[in-house]
Amino acid sequence: MSNVSLDAHDSSETENQPDSSNRRRFLTVATSVVGGVGVVGVAVPFIGSWNPSVKARAAGADVEADISKIEPGQLIRVIWRSKPVWIARRTPELLASLAAHDDKLKDPNSEQEQQPEFAKNPYRSLKEEYLVLVGICTHLGCSPQHLKDGAFAEYVEGVQEGFFCPCHGSKFDMAGRVFQNVPAGLNLVVPPYMFIDDNTLLIGSEEGAA
Amino acid sequence: MWKNLMDWVEYRLPIMRVANMHAIQYPAPRNMNFWYMFGFLATIVLVNQIVTGVWLTMSFTPTAEEAFASVEYIMRDVEYGYILRYMHSTGASAFFIVVYLHMFRGMIYGSYQKPRELLWLFGMFIYLALMAEAFMGYVLPWGQMSYWGAQVIVSLFSAIPVIGPDLVIWIQGDYVISGATLNRFFALHVIALPLVIVILVFLHIVALHEVGSNNPDGTDVKRKKGSLSEDEKTKFKIHEYYTSKYDIVDDIVPFFPHIVLKDLVGFSVFLILFCYVMFFNPEMGGYFLEHPNFEIANPLKTPEHIFPVWYFTPFYAILKAVPHKLGGVICMFAAIVMLALLPWIDRGKVKSWRYRCGLHRWNLIVFAIVFIFLGYLGGTPQENWKIVASQVATIMYFGFFALLFIYSKNERTKPVPERITE
Repeated sequence: MSNVSLDAHDSSETENQPDSSNRRRFLTVATSVVGGVGVVGVAVPFIGSWNPSVKARAAGADVEADISKIEPGQLIRVIWRSKPVWIARRTPELLASLAAHDDKLKDPNSEQEQQPEFAKNPYRSLKEEYLVLVGICTHLGCSPQHLKDGAFAEYVEGVQEGFFCPCHGSKFDMAGRVFQNVPAGLNLVVPPYMFIDDNTLLIGSEEGAA
Repeated sequence: MWKNLMDWVEYRLPIMRVANMHAIQYPAPRNMNFWYMFGFLATIVLVNQIVTGVWLTMSFTPTAEEAFASVEYIMRDVEYGYILRYMHSTGASAFFIVVYLHMFRGMIYGSYQKPRELLWLFGMFIYLALMAEAFMGYVLPWGQMSYWGAQVIVSLFSAIPVIGPDLVIWIQGDYVISGATLNRFFALHVIALPLVIVILVFLHIVALHEVGSNNPDGTDVKRKKGSLSEDEKTKFKIHEYYTSKYDIVDDIVPFFPHIVLKDLVGFSVFLILFCYVMFFNPEMGGYFLEHPNFEIANPLKTPEHIFPVWYFTPFYAILKAVPHKLGGVICMFAAIVMLALLPWIDRGKVKSWRYRCGLHRWNLIVFAIVFIFLGYLGGTPQENWKIVASQVATIMYFGFFALLFIYSKNERTKPVPERITE
């Protein structure tokens, strides 16, 4: 750049100056780098402020649920992190029927990481009887409906009870396992939970983890 | 006195120079037809959205607790509030109607082809910004469809491998769609995106005036300097910015007043339709304002059917057609990217469908029908046959681009007239 002269006046000036293109390049690069670091630094609060606030994080704390009044076959909903969490008490007949439709499921053995380690079993639960699920479809986040007493058979032949998502037609069985040929690709999420005593469930933490 | 004042200003701010260059002495092809009014209409709707939007902001409260009630307050208690809101909500749908027609005009007359590629790209960016703007605006009333629509759209990002789930929490500012989400969408809807859209529209027009307007014949009205006799040149006074670089054929009229007056006729018809909807049918049978949105957002109860507003339904149908989450999201975005890539997918040299092969005409017509059909599939309750139908329609949607890429290379075209016909 310093070699380019626009007119006689310019050239006479540059001729008297030592060649400084290296210093110019160094200064350009150094200024750009420092400026770039500044831009990144300034971006931190702007991007960071989109994270959940302290208030939102506090609202996302663990919740306790009283399960002493759930009848067999009944499902209750509690709110954890503003999401619906279903707690269903499954009858022995229902538990026995679960394995019958394994061939119609995408992930019958819960290979995908959709549950804590303790729930990676055929019933996807800590105690066989109690099913605990985040009631949000793994496709696009709608809340599926609980269909029982044969109402679910309309959607999956031979399966009497399950969850049907009205948004895009995804179907799940009573262990939250997703059926084939539906938009959802993953089983329903099992949240971390533990039993404080026989009547109380804590959602949000599991045994062993603080 | 007046002239002195004008000269004093002009010396300091080039008002007349810009007015001459871009309107009074801007050469517009004289055969611009019905299809050419939608750019003008889109600009007017944009102004309507900004003005009514500012007024709505005065009475709206962007919190999860009060948003729904404040919209009811606008509808019932604010003087003329219902008119301002219906102007805004009808304007949103009107915006997409005119933009879709504007885009289809560009497709049939090849207005995206060289040298208008960048112009087309700016248009596509406006379209994207408009979709984001419309989506976030729809969340603000905090009705059931606002909430669950937001839930569906934001979850699209969770399909991104590795960072997806954290990205969703970051976008929401909470573990679910919440007041924090509403508040940031409000900020983006009323400040950030309108600014982006206005800047993009400015660039769109600057780019248009640099390359010049296309026309239904696709015949260039700007010729090489010195190639035309005085007889063939236009008699209108054209700004020297254009005449110094080109000879302008006698097939043009100045944009102002000729084209503007033509557009105003179209505008008056548009206003009749707009006012009919705004005053007598603002919900448009649940298509412009969906019925579940008259119920306050309830995170524990999903409406029986969730649809986006009509202008998103074609892409929504594509999303639903693919039985794989990430695949569906990719297909949906690819559907928009394909449109943006049209200048490079179409390898033809002839612009207007008037002088292109019959296959091209049918391809465009079928594409338009498929697009509308996808909109129907995406906007009506799920049924078994619709899954297959939307899969077929999705393939046909992408088939348009594949076919175009193939036949446009060695296409049998008709000769493009030297001078504008009609």
